[in-house]
Amino acid sequence: MFLQQLINGLTVGAIYALIALGYTMVYGILEFINFAHGEVYMLGAYLGIIALGLLTQWGVTGWTLAPLLVIVFAMVWAAAWGGTIETVAYRPLRAAPRLSPLISALGVSIFLQNFVMLTQGARDQVFRRELLFSSDFNACGLSLASCTVSYTQLLIIGTALALMTGLTLFINRTKLGRAMRATAQDQRMARLCGVNVDGIIRLTFVIGSALGAAAGVLVALYYGVVNFHIGYVAGLKAFIAAVAGGIGSIPGAMLGGLLLGLAESFGAGYLSSQYKDVYAFVILIVVLLVRPQGILGNKRDKV
Amino acid sequence: MSRDLKYLIWPLWIAVLVWPFTRLRGALIVLVAAAACSALLFAFKLWKPKIALSAMPRLAGFSGRTKTGLLIALVLFSLALPFALNKYFLDVVVTAGIYVVLALGLNLIVGLAGLLVLGYIAFYAVGAYSYAILSTHFHLNFFWALPVGAALALLAGLLLGLPTLRLRGDYLAIVTLGFGEITRIVLNNWDGLTGGPNGIMHVGRPALGGLNLGTPAHLYYLVLAVITLAAWFTSRLNRSRLGRALVAMREDETAARACGIDTTRLKILAFCLSAAIAGMMGVVFAAKMTFVSPESFTFWESVMVLCMVVLGGMASVPGVILGALALIVLPEAFRGLQHYRMLVFGTAMIAMMIFRPQGLWPSKRRKMEMDEAGASL
Repeated sequence: MFLQQLINGLTVGAIYALIALGYTMVYGILEFINFAHGEVYMLGAYLGIIALGLLTQWGVTGWTLAPLLVIVFAMVWAAAWGGTIETVAYRPLRAAPRLSPLISALGVSIFLQNFVMLTQGARDQVFRRELLFSSDFNACGLSLASCTVSYTQLLIIGTALALMTGLTLFINRTKLGRAMRATAQDQRMARLCGVNVDGIIRLTFVIGSALGAAAGVLVALYYGVVNFHIGYVAGLKAFIAAVAGGIGSIPGAMLGGLLLGLAESFGAGYLSSQYKDVYAFVILIVVLLVRPQGILGNKRDKV
Repeated sequence: MSRDLKYLIWPLWIAVLVWPFTRLRGALIVLVAAAACSALLFAFKLWKPKIALSAMPRLAGFSGRTKTGLLIALVLFSLALPFALNKYFLDVVVTAGIYVVLALGLNLIVGLAGLLVLGYIAFYAVGAYSYAILSTHFHLNFFWALPVGAALALLAGLLLGLPTLRLRGDYLAIVTLGFGEITRIVLNNWDGLTGGPNGIMHVGRPALGGLNLGTPAHLYYLVLAVITLAAWFTSRLNRSRLGRALVAMREDETAARACGIDTTRLKILAFCLSAAIAGMMGVVFAAKMTFVSPESFTFWESVMVLCMVVLGGMASVPGVILGALALIVLPEAFRGLQHYRMLVFGTAMIAMMIFRPQGLWPSKRRKMEMDEAGASL
């Protein structure tokens, strides 16, 4: 029981962590809650289903690389959406009062939800994972003591870990990553040093959206069904994960996501599954009261 | 010339973006539509017409006599309205009226005090459920429930406000959002008291003595009276010492504190007042619907009320009223367009923030601030 909950929590937590990265990166640079990020994650889940449909049409689902194609397709398209959203809805509002971009983000959110509902239908959409993997892939797995880790769960945790490692390397080791860190620290100074700040901000949205879309595909793979309002709750929880870990901090978002996933899994297992959605908010309120800068956040950001 | 190329690239880019969702045919339709818009914008740019969007008619600033005349006309119009509308539209107008008061209440805290609250609808829910429970179990009269609902919501505001109001803007927004969600989830799961997802039915309509006041027309006049009161109250508050203190706090908290304003007390005061107004309207809502369920108190309701305040013009009483009416009545008027109206609505929110961030009818004070900010940039 305990181990099983741990595994389930880690799986969901890895997905939260991927979404939380998008929030924390944008907040780190613009100090702005991108409320539409949850919808981009939802777009990602749908893009995964669409990609799978296209592969079926071409008859290449049995191909070994097919799962990779699905996730890459979703990430690329969602990244394009993310960059476009930034240019259209947020860039003109950089100098505006704090509330303006927030309202604009809510507008984007409403737009995306209804766009997906109109084009894809209001009903649940099925992600036919059996097309990608053999039927026992999801049912079977490794047996550890009294619990089983399904291959799907392993795949999800593995993919999430790979993406997070890639992001960490990108931010810490590459020139663009350094420019991104500089922009987060001090926009004006970064600009003076020759950093293309607008380009970096767009890049932040692009990367964040790609990670969110990956999370969307993984969720579709895990649960098998998606609908057009999954973005709201997941986005909210991921944001809470980002705040709990310390908003603006990338390892913080990862840690926060995992912790939130575990808390939910154990809460649902040992306390009450009805109130599953409440635990996240309880964690949020406790963190904000006890350690407002988050677990790994620095004091710079005064609350 | 290369800058003009974007007018060509944008439609193509948008078509590529929507292609996975709409497939080829839909993408082509989008391409044609986007190209038409782009061509229009290009033509606009070439001829540079004098009407800039940001310089739309300034609504405020009538002379004293026209103002009185307009006010009288408005009063007569609103008194006569129930005779001109059928039951359905009267119902829409009453709903709009409830939202007007909610928006005025939220305006106290968002517009005046500058604190972003995203769970405002929770207080509305507290009011609605307290009347629903008291009415079905104890047959409490509607008019007694009004202060009770307001008091309970105020208490909830106090409970939430005391620990959280020291948080900065965005964090406060998220905590209040969480509070709103928790409230909804509790309502959804506490079957014994709230009836769970089924809600509570047969809530009493307003009645005075033996007189039933539950018809749409009665409700209309009731709501109209509450709006008048709330509008009068908030515009008085705007110009009072308290209102000025709130605005000072919104503009610069540190400076306000240095001037001797007790900001914590002030925040809690604004928060509780605004919660009480929401609680009272919750009672009205429950009496109007004779039914409450958690579905009526989702996050989107909070967002709608917030949009009314911001789109109408923060801290401006006529602006907020206009915003609330626009957001309730317009989607209702375009019901024939079905889901497209929400698509248009989302786009309109973005466009509004970009082209007219001060709102439809900005308050004089705020307009001056914004113009000043624009000049200094």
